[in-house]
Parts: sequence; structure tokens; C-alpha cells
Amino acid sequence: MSTQPKLNQLPISQLAAKLAGREVSAREVMQSCLDQIEKVEGRIHAFISYDAADALAQADAADQALARGANSSPLLGVPIGIKDVIAVRDQPLNCGSKILGKFISPYSATVIEKLREAGAIVFGRLNMDEFAMGSSTENSAFGVTRNPWDTSRIPGGSSGGSAAAVAADECLAALGSDTGGSIRQPAALCGCVGFKPTYGRVSRYGLVAFASSLDQIGTFAKDARDTAMVLSAISGQDPRDSTSVPLPVPDYAAGLNGEIKGLRLGLAKEYMIGGLDAEVGASVQAAVKQFEKLGAEIVEISLPHTDYAVATYYIVATAEASANLARFDGIRYGARVDGTDPIDLYCKTRGAGFGPEVKRRIILGAYVLSSGYYDAYYLRAQKVRTLIRQDFLNAFEKVDAVITPTSPTPAFKIGEKTDDPLQMYLSDIFTISCNLAGICGVSLPCGFTREPKLPIGLQLLGKPFGEETLLKLAHAYEQSTPWHKEKAGGL
Amino acid sequence: MPGDFDVKYVAHLARIALAPEEQEKFGAQLSNILGYIAKLNELDVSKIEPTAHAVPLVNVFRPDEVRPSLPTSEALRNAPASANGLFMVPKIVE
Repeated sequence: MSTQPKLNQLPISQLAAKLAGREVSAREVMQSCLDQIEKVEGRIHAFISYDAADALAQADAADQALARGANSSPLLGVPIGIKDVIAVRDQPLNCGSKILGKFISPYSATVIEKLREAGAIVFGRLNMDEFAMGSSTENSAFGVTRNPWDTSRIPGGSSGGSAAAVAADECLAALGSDTGGSIRQPAALCGCVGFKPTYGRVSRYGLVAFASSLDQIGTFAKDARDTAMVLSAISGQDPRDSTSVPLPVPDYAAGLNGEIKGLRLGLAKEYMIGGLDAEVGASVQAAVKQFEKLGAEIVEISLPHTDYAVATYYIVATAEASANLARFDGIRYGARVDGTDPIDLYCKTRGAGFGPEVKRRIILGAYVLSSGYYDAYYLRAQKVRTLIRQDFLNAFEKVDAVITPTSPTPAFKIGEKTDDPLQMYLSDIFTISCNLAGICGVSLPCGFTREPKLPIGLQLLGKPFGEETLLKLAHAYEQSTPWHKEKAGGL
Repeated sequence: MPGDFDVKYVAHLARIALAPEEQEKFGAQLSNILGYIAKLNELDVSKIEPTAHAVPLVNVFRPDEVRPSLPTSEALRNAPASANGLFMVPKIVE
């Protein structure tokens, strides 16, 4: 066993120094990722597709920029994987669905343009639950992604490909999207750091919409510092997304000084639920103690409407999805099944093109918006959403962040929950409120189950635009714990 | 109202053709989900304002200027059927 880590295993912060010092080339870094993909993809299946030649060409361009000294970005020459819901010009875009057929993006998302400006290698199409609907990546038309720690288990979802690829060192970092936990939950289950920024922090232009008032693009990385570097690169107001917020973007990495003395962390009594796995509970409790040791103050808080979050979410999210996904009608792009008239064509195209979970959610969304039920379901859910948001704003009067488990259990077996959608939804209990409230959240590794060895994730929820504080906390915790450095064995 | 949930009718509103076995399966699953969702009725929300968006931005304007947009050829690039710079659809009126 070699003691020297391979290039693809290094954190970006270390790799950037080696690249800037011309100790290694971007081509070597990209090649080390491609070698790892060659080695593990047969078992993991994190990527729907990737273009090795294009990635190496981007690497060569980065090497030329490094030679010229033209760009001092820490992401110059760093391969970053992209979830298949974010548009990259001239690359396929399928959202894990059959209905987009052979769609090729005619333009790039703002986050992609920002990554390219920073010199990153924009790489691959990462697998996901169809249209980001799911918690296991089993709802993909392109096959199941497997957890690098145990390939009989799910990687979480919907951004399961992004989490698995980073955990298996197939790319240095990845982008995902989070509508109800789709970044944080797979990050927890695969053992990497997953960050969902505040709603409005990152432009959604070029992100295929699932639930527009909840969706946010975020990051997967090996540690808090790498997360900070990628997040600084993709954040900021965008004239092409009117919901992006005109606030300056801090250099998040610069704020990571290990100093968290006096920060107050809230423990919500409503999150001590039955059904929480004993080992997950113990690891999170140990993490709370660790934060206390580092000088943080633990404060008990109450989020009284927690029990209503899942129900609220599955009304708001499905309602928005039913409207957003109306665009997939077989007329302007994607697959088409011919019909006798346009309505027949729509019905057949959508019946054949969407998978079961997407159909269920569109139908549920159409129902809660339909005449006679709108007030009872959708309007009521929007009002409960106000209460849930208010819970957090009240809590943030007393604390700087809220600490919770990310997922009530570690990764479950493939096929275990596919026939019971409600059980699958209930596993989102800790992550879902964050999107309803529009705040930010991060999942970071905080331990492992004993047998089999599976990662456990800790979630920190922060104030609106409180990304800096969350990263500071995550970084300080990492400095004093070994979890984020562990690699999946047997790959 | 899980009791009167007519999956066939709602699926048609959503323009999704369902196979008979899908109708049966989704009907049962969605009734179960709606039963769970009914717990929101426990709360008194009569005096609560709805939240449509978590970020209180209103009236985000930009200058009304002509800017480049997707060329027709690019817009048609992914079309299942097109001709003469237009999308092709089935006949709507005789």
C-alpha cells in the first residue's frame, strides 16, 4: 500500500499549491481522476457519462494558464463533476430522465460560467434521481449509483452521483442541487461535506427547475476548506436569476481560522425523534460534546412546527414541480411519442418519458393545486411554511447555528424502500425545513457505524446568508476530528 | 380528502397517460400520502400570512434593452420535429 496519497485523493487546498508551484500539471490531476474512474466506476456508477478528451483538453488549457501565470484562482486546473440537472453548453442534459431524449444544452448555467472563469475543469454528468425527486438515486433512468462504502447500499439522493464521485475520489469536488436535502443527505451517507447555500446565494440560471422556491445549487467536497473555495467561486447575484440576492460574496476560505469560541449552537428538542438510529444519535451527541470542548456554547431551543415540515414540503414541492415539469411535453425538445392530437401526444409522451416517482409527484402537485383543493392544501401549506420559517428566525435570535443529525439512519440497502414512498419521504425529516425556511445548511462527516462501516453525517443549519459561520464551525470541528480523512476501503 | 381521490382524473389534468396497474398503485400510494398530509389540519392558520418565497425580494427590474438571445437554429436543435425554422406539431384544427 502506498503511503503517498494520489493526486485525486488530495484536498483542493493542497493540490492548488502543487499546481501553482508547477510541481504537478492539471493534466496529471485530470488523468489521476480518469484512472480512478476506470478503476471504480464499474462498481459505483456515479457518472451517467463523461467526455475524457474534453476534460484533458480543459486540463491542457489550465496548464497553459498556469505557465503564463495568468489566473491565480485556487480552482485553476481542478476537476469538478456536475450533477445532470445543471446545463453545460454542448454537453448532454438528462436530469436522470428518459424524457429529455438526446438533449444537448444550448447554453451553460451561470455556475458553470463561474467555474470556467475560475479555471476549473468542468467534468462529467453525475447521476441523480429523476428530476431530483428522491432520496436514494434509485429513481434514475440510467441505473442505480452505489455507495462507495458498501456497494449493496444506496448513496443517498437525489445528488447520489455527486456524493459517490467525491467520496470515491473520482473528482475533486462536485456540484449538486438541494430542494429538500438532496445535497446534505447523500453527503452524509457517502462521507463527504455537502453544502446547501441560502436561497438566493447562488444563481439558479441553467439549473433545471424542480421546485423553484426551494431549489438551490450547492457543493460536494472532501472538507470545509475545499467547500469554502468552491462556494466562493459559484456564489453571487446574477441578472439572469431575479431571485439571486445582491449581497457581496465573502472569501469564505479566508475566514477559516479555527476560532469558534463563544458561538452558540442550538439543539432542538423536536429533533430527538423516535426512529433515530442509535449509532447516529451517539455520534451526533459526541460531536455536540466536541463543539463544546472547542468553546462553543450549547443552547436548548425549540422548533415547534418541525412535525409538520414533511407534509408541508410534499405539498409545496409537488405543486411547484407540477407547474415546472409541464414544459416536458414532447414539442420543443426531448423525446416524443406521437399522438392523434396535441393532448394525446402530451399524455403519451409524459406517460412514457417520466418514471414512477416523477409521475406520482406531478399528479400529487396537480391535485393540491386543482380547483376546490387549492385552499385546503396549497394555501394552507404556504401558511405552515411561514410558521416553520418563523421557528428558525426565532431560534436564530438565540443561537448562531442549529445542530442536528443529517439523516436519521445510515445508508440503507438498494431496493429497501422503493415500494413505500411515504417512508422514503419521512427520512428527509432533518433536512427539509432548511429549504422551506430558505436558510443555509451543511452536512459533514462525524463518525461511522460499527458493522458494516458506514459514514454518519452531522448537519449544521445557519442563518440566512450565514454561510461563513457554518463553514467556520465545520472547519474547526474537522481540525479536531479524523472522520473527513477516512477513505472507503475496498475500492 | 383521500377518500375521493380520482387518480385517473388528476393524471389527465397533469397530461400523463397511466397504465391500469400504475393507476391502481399510484391511487393507493397517493391516498396514503394525502392521509399523512392531512395532519396540517391540526394547525390554526387563520391569522398566518402565506410564504411563497423565503427571500423578500420584490419587483426586481432590469433595463428594458434588446440583448442577444438563443438563435433559432439553437432553439430548434433539440426539437423532436421541426421544419422551416418552426416546431412541428400534430394537426390541431381540420
